[in-house]
Parts: sequence; structure tokens; C-alpha cells
Amino acid sequence: MYGTGIIKGLGITMKNLVLPTRQFNIHQYPNRKASPADLAKLEEKNTISFLFSNPIRSARALVGLETIEERLPQHARFRGEEFAWYDQRCTGCASCAKYCPLGIIKIVTDTSGVNLQEGQSYDIETFDIDIGRCMFCGLCVEACPYDALHMGSGFEEGTYRRSELVIDVERLRKADKKPSTWFRPQLTDKSYDPIKGSEANWDEVGRHEKPTGDQQRDRWAKR
Amino acid sequence: MTGIRTEPITINLGPQHPSTHGVFRLRVTFDGEEIIDAEPVFGYLHRGTEKLAETRNYVQIVTLTDRMDYLASMSNNLAYVRTVEKLADIEVPERAQYIRVISAELQRIASHLMATGFLLNDLGALATPLVYCFRERERILDLFEMLCGARITLSYMRPGGVFQDAPEDFWPSLDSLIGDLPHYFDELESLITSNEIVLARTKNVGLLTDEQAIDNSMSGPNLRASGVKWDLRKADPYEIYDRVKFEVPIGAIGDTFDRYLVRILEMRESVKIIEQCLEQIESGPIRANTPFFIRPPAGEAYAAVEGPKGELGFYMVSDGGVAPYRCKVRAPSFINLTPLRDMLKGWKMGDLIIIFGSIDIVLGEVDR
Repeated sequence: MYGTGIIKGLGITMKNLVLPTRQFNIHQYPNRKASPADLAKLEEKNTISFLFSNPIRSARALVGLETIEERLPQHARFRGEEFAWYDQRCTGCASCAKYCPLGIIKIVTDTSGVNLQEGQSYDIETFDIDIGRCMFCGLCVEACPYDALHMGSGFEEGTYRRSELVIDVERLRKADKKPSTWFRPQLTDKSYDPIKGSEANWDEVGRHEKPTGDQQRDRWAKR
Repeated sequence: MTGIRTEPITINLGPQHPSTHGVFRLRVTFDGEEIIDAEPVFGYLHRGTEKLAETRNYVQIVTLTDRMDYLASMSNNLAYVRTVEKLADIEVPERAQYIRVISAELQRIASHLMATGFLLNDLGALATPLVYCFRERERILDLFEMLCGARITLSYMRPGGVFQDAPEDFWPSLDSLIGDLPHYFDELESLITSNEIVLARTKNVGLLTDEQAIDNSMSGPNLRASGVKWDLRKADPYEIYDRVKFEVPIGAIGDTFDRYLVRILEMRESVKIIEQCLEQIESGPIRANTPFFIRPPAGEAYAAVEGPKGELGFYMVSDGGVAPYRCKVRAPSFINLTPLRDMLKGWKMGDLIIIFGSIDIVLGEVDR
């Protein structure tokens, strides 16, 4: 019979519209539309007492005019901007520049007239990463033999000019040291979260030793 | 209509048309409302992936494959790394194979959801069913973000395994998703499969017989909708597909509705495959000990996987260097477009978009 299928479909749509557990959350970046329950939770009140004490805000929330600032959950392995670069570990070997599929990393080291002793490293004059062309594949991080370069977790780096998108060595030094756990199992082991956690200095980040097969077998508990 | 003299008229559909799923141009000749000829014109999204691959080494090419079929990056990665492993004779650890199959099947579900959603979008059910499909896809993309830090351009696999093991909180999230997915499909099916408008618009529309489908070397759900039981996962089991049990759903007559239904059934089978993988997976290494600059011996290799759109194969020739001498992609979206003219001929203008939409192409893969 014509019409039954349509009524059934509309029923499902209405169910999703009305039942609170099945409602789609409308995410409006960077803010999210909030229900009165959300607002009450934010002020640590009972929902009913909040409805009575703040009738105007509750009414606005019911028609979708109130928003709360909330970020979408982001995982620790997110590959993002503002590379976390540890100056003291970098030797300027330019592995990252060599491995980059787009060739957007430029490294110049100062070798003028210094006889380097074993254990010392070159002075890095230039370390430009042109994130305007970067595709965040993370191969530079995978390549780094000294774990000096890590991906970051940010994604809000809009600028007006392309030249501002080139991260130079000063900016890398000053940037927040919040390394992503992409290709850094030692951070995953410590359950470090760059989004919630604080800045990590070099001692906390540690060195990624290439695990042997037995270690890999032991590292991850059987599912 | 006898007695009225009509003149054929040629109309351009695209390249910038919302229903062409990208930049695709279709030159259609109508007689009245009837389609008498259709000529696909593509190449608007050509980026020269195959040529670019010749200037990159074997690990760097993984990032290029993400951008071909951008709705199914995992399957592209899998097809590519399998070719390199065949070329360089690399043994892959077992756990890596399981993780690869799990992620490829998740990607198949995500891709089929997109195909279903956009088919309904083309039918005129603007946005509502699409959002239902996107809700599930969103959870799969969240899992991918957990797994490899990106949602679309994944670059997760490497020749010799995957780059990093799944984090520990990945497995409970996957379990809860697997539990929810069948209910999602039930809800989606009760919305669509019995809907009279969908049935009236898709049943017996855009017929493709099995001989025609084989003749045009189609593959994937479109071939199976025509009643041909051909699935590379069964016919030539790769990775660990010979250890899991699953059905190959086929359609009855090969119309647009069958192509939709086969995708839904395939998603249910994918859930079963993931469930079995989760039972069988064991701890162990996830990456073979391969150098960054892989230098395979001179030779050639072709390996194909059953991607969401069909047989996705890479043909690579090595001359012993760090970069391939030649890379050729057998893109299923491109080859599935071959019978488009036969399918469209004789149908009305209103059927054009849904017949075209039911093939489920991605222009990034058609043009590469």
C-alpha cells in the first residue's frame, strides 16, 4: 500500500528528533548548542532547579540560542601543526628534509671553522617548515633518528599571508612542546595526551628505541 | 507521440554539477526526454599520480594513494603496500595483517555508507538520509583518528605492515561500534528499503545484465548486483581472508535497487569479518624490519584487492632503484564507468542522475 513506508520512515525520524538519547548533537565550531541540561551541568545545578532559577536562559536554550564552548574530542595521535621540536636533540642530520615527500623542510647547519668533537652537534641556522604546503603525513617524524621532531596537535593556524605559514627555527623553539603520540610509542606507553596534558620536556618525552620482535610481542597485551 | 517531429538536443551535465560527485562531465543527447546517447568526459581532476610516483620512493608513495579514492584511503593503502610487498618479497607479520583487514573492512563500511547516502541524495531525499549515513561514518572516522591521527588522508600502512600498533583504547571503541552497526543498518534499511518512492524510482531502472557487466570488465558491488558471484576476497584470498567466513551477496537482476541492496548486505558481511578478526587477532610484531629506502630487485608485480568500489590493483615495475620505474593503477571507478552509455540509453532524463549515482564513482580515482 502506498504511504505506509513513508509513515514508517517519518516515525523513525520523529523518534530521533524527540528521544534525548538519540538526538544528534549539533556541533557548531567552535561552540556547541546547549540544552538546559547542559547549562545546568555547567553551573553544577539540578536541571529542574536551573529551569526555575534561570527561566530566560532555559527558554533560549530550548530554542537553540545558547551555546557552550566545547571542542570535539581529539585523539592523542592526531597529526597537527606546531611541530614539537627539541633543540637539544636535533643534530641537523636533515633526515626529515630527505624523507619529506614534498620537500618543504629546509635545514642549514653552521659548520664554519669548528672542529666538532664527538657528541657535539651542529648549530642549526635555518629550519624552515612550510606548513602551507604540508600535508601532515608525518614521514619527517617517522624519519627522525633522534626523536627530536614530533607532530603537534593544533589545527587553528589561519594566517593572512603565505609567508607567515613558514615556521622558522625561532618559532619552532618557542612553540608549545606538546608532542603528538604519532609514531612515538614511548609516549603512548606513558598515556601522554597532548590535548589535555601539559607541556612535555625532553626528559619526559624520552628516546624511542627501536623495539625488537620480542619486545613488540610483550608490549601489547593480548586483546 | 507519432506525428510530432523531434530534434535531438545535446546537453552538458557538469563538470561543475552537484550530482556528478566531483568534476565529471557527461555529454548527453536527448530526444525529447529520452536519452539517446551519453558520452562521459573526464580528466578534470587529473593530477598525474602515476607520474608523481616515479619520483618518490616506495614509502612516500603511500601518501599519494590516499588522495586517489579519498573515501577509501585504507583500501588504496592496502592495495599499494601489497604490491610493494610482492615486488620486494617482504613477509608481513600476522598481527599487521589482521589490523589491516579490520581497517580495510571499516573503510568499506564507511565508503558504502557514503555511496548509499549520496544515492538517496541524488534521488531527491536531500540531506536527511545522508545525515543518517554520516552518523555512522563519523564514528568510523573517529576510530581512524585514534588509529593513525587523520580522518581522510590516513597513510596508515607501510610496506611490511602498519606504522604503529593500535592504541589500547581503540579496541573497546571498536567493540562498541561493532555492536551498534547492525542496528544502524536495520534503521537505515527500514527507512529506505521499503520506501515506495525509492522502490518506484530504483526498481527495474538502469538494468545491467551479467553478460554486459562482464563484457565491460566491471567489478565490485556493481558486478555482484548483476548476479555474478565474483569477489577477490573469495576468488583470490589475500591477507587473512581465507581464515574468515563470510557470504558474497549478489543481486537478482542488476538494477539500481540491487546495486543499493548489495552494498547494504556487504556492510553486514564486513561487520561479521571484523568480529571474526577480533576473535582471532593475537599480539605480536606489527611491522616487518624494512628499511625506509626499499630497493626491490628489478622486476614487475601486480597485486589487487577488493576495494569498496571494485578490484583495485597496482602494477609496478622496478629497475632496482629506490623509486618505481613505472606505476599503473587499475582504478575500479574508472573502469566501472565503461558501460555508462549502455546503461543510460533509452532512459528518461530523471533517471540519469540515479543510474549514474548508483555506480558510486569517486573522481579522484577516475582521473588520478
